[in-house]
Amino acid sequence: MCDPQKMASLKEAVAKYDEKVAKVLQKIPERKKDFVNTSGIPVNRVYTPLDMEGFDYLKQLGLPGQYPYTRAVQPTAYRGRYWTMRQYAGFGSAEETNERYHFLLKSGQTGLSVAFDLPTQIGFDSDHPLAQGEVGKVGVSIDSLWDMERLFQGIPLDQVSTSMTINSPCAVLLAMYLAIAEKQGISFDKLRGTVQNDILKEYSSRGTYIFPPRPSMRLITDIFAFCTSDVPQWNTISISGYHIREAGSTAVQEVAFTLANGIAYVDAAIKAGLKVDEFGPRLSFFFNSHLDFLEEVAKFRAARRLWAEIMKERFGAQDPRSLMLRFHTQTAGCSLTAQQPLNNIMRTAFQALSAVLGGTQSLHTNSFDEALALPSETAVQVALRTQQVIAYETAVADTVDPLAGSYYLENLTDQVEAKAQQYIDQIDRLGGAVAAIEQGFVQKEIGAAAYRYQQEIEAGSRVVVGLNKFQVKEERPTDLLKVDPAVGDRQVARLKELKSTRDNAAVKQALAELKKAAEGDANLMPPILKAVKALATLGEICDTLRAVFGEYEAPALV
Amino acid sequence: MRKIRVLAAKPGLDGHDRGIKVICAALRDSGMEVIYTGLRQTPEQIVAAAIQEDADVIAMSVLSGAHNYLFPKVMELLKDKGIKDVLVMGGGIIPDEDVDPLKEAGIAAIFGPGTDTKDIIGFIQENVRKQ
Repeated sequence: MCDPQKMASLKEAVAKYDEKVAKVLQKIPERKKDFVNTSGIPVNRVYTPLDMEGFDYLKQLGLPGQYPYTRAVQPTAYRGRYWTMRQYAGFGSAEETNERYHFLLKSGQTGLSVAFDLPTQIGFDSDHPLAQGEVGKVGVSIDSLWDMERLFQGIPLDQVSTSMTINSPCAVLLAMYLAIAEKQGISFDKLRGTVQNDILKEYSSRGTYIFPPRPSMRLITDIFAFCTSDVPQWNTISISGYHIREAGSTAVQEVAFTLANGIAYVDAAIKAGLKVDEFGPRLSFFFNSHLDFLEEVAKFRAARRLWAEIMKERFGAQDPRSLMLRFHTQTAGCSLTAQQPLNNIMRTAFQALSAVLGGTQSLHTNSFDEALALPSETAVQVALRTQQVIAYETAVADTVDPLAGSYYLENLTDQVEAKAQQYIDQIDRLGGAVAAIEQGFVQKEIGAAAYRYQQEIEAGSRVVVGLNKFQVKEERPTDLLKVDPAVGDRQVARLKELKSTRDNAAVKQALAELKKAAEGDANLMPPILKAVKALATLGEICDTLRAVFGEYEAPALV
Repeated sequence: MRKIRVLAAKPGLDGHDRGIKVICAALRDSGMEVIYTGLRQTPEQIVAAAIQEDADVIAMSVLSGAHNYLFPKVMELLKDKGIKDVLVMGGGIIPDEDVDPLKEAGIAAIFGPGTDTKDIIGFIQENVRKQ
């Protein structure tokens, strides 16, 4: 490729090709004047080795499992074992969700992923006035250890890996999980799983915040410290771009804002006295897989390389595991249409394939009916089968990073990385991710991209099949999942029962100890674990912390 | 005539605000004045804000499934205050079977996923200040 004579002939050939194209264009113009992807990266007509001049294989890609991990974090990748197939699920009561988990495990799913309802995610018990109408709706309702026990009934916690989408009250739900492991006689070092524990994207994109940034960051680093010593196989955070993308960001913004948040967490942990190589290996990530197939593959590869560089150069990490960006992927919920919902099966399949070609460690595929309701059992099964077809039938997992070396893909990987780096530099100048979010910078960038995207759809320059082109008259499907509205009443009744049968003096004592710890600077995990075991409710624990920490007030931006 | 004033609101605990923010921008570009409440508003707060802002329209978005409680609650509170001249609309993930009962409760229109913002603008222009 670097042979100067061959490059010279290639240049000649390209010049001839360009001449020919100019003639063709006079007769047959192209579909668009400019081809530009959603991140604003121009897409050329064709890419050749000329676009890879100066390309340094070992420096830019390395081999799988080698710095900068562009190709894969592990030497054998999916040849060793496939990604973890992990469907996010939860609705109604703990019993109903437990039933869905047993169904998924029986269907060949290899990891659990818990969806909590909004009151749980915001630290309210089911009887809180703001919980009205919300209990059990977007996830399972958990008020106390009682509910958590029912949720994992019949599931030995040393046999599964469990991911929990929980952020502000993460320490409480993690403590409940640990308490159940104890009851099952399983030691903490056998537990595998992930907590999302990523507050910064809640402020910018997802909305389930409770406390202001500073105490929130403390809760996060307390979890890092506690798990490092006590739950060593646990992923202590899942730094999430998924929701940033769902809120409307571009692919480049998704990488940039996610890694900028990652930098803020590492900074906070170091400031709290932890060593980067103690907690670095347990950091994990969560990305979206959207519609632009090749840009998504490039995005995953660019993110891996960029994070490795950040950990090595910026934070001086030495342990190779600290440099490895391991990530979960979910296909893009925002790309699903309520119109002709079966089309969503194809969208999801392509998105899942790009996640696999990008080397994801685990994957959630959306169900085709999710623009209409929570997924039905049939729809979830098709979604899981989509992953199984990719794994067992398409053979794309038989060689590592099969798209590497594509002139376009490598060029795109470089451009995504460079543009993300520009954003990270800009966030650094604003004082880091926390400051950038407090100033509304991140939210405004995402909001502008979302509006642009919608305007393109409405102008017809962006085609959404079945929505603004190829429409049909159709009946809406009727076999949608409905959450039993009585679940709220049952949860409230169960809370009453709990409060009248537990040892209330022990609860009071545990909450007083937690308050004292929160006022000082001791690690909050041990007192939270104690409170959970004494059957204090999630709301009581969060209220105790609210009294000390205060609550976050979102800046008015719109 | 003064500009149409719209209170855009997120009732309940739902944090999905991409849609409502896009709608805010589109309504503004069409010449309306838009006040956005931000997340986690109780029905009481929404009604109070609508009164304070002298809103002609309340546009609410819920994607969490709590619409059957929250939307009618807002209507009930408006009725209690004797307010009849505000056009109230809803959007989000609203199953078809819920649409009629919500309309019976007084919600003028429900807009689901994939709605063109021009349809929302048109609906407001045609129906505002008619009551």
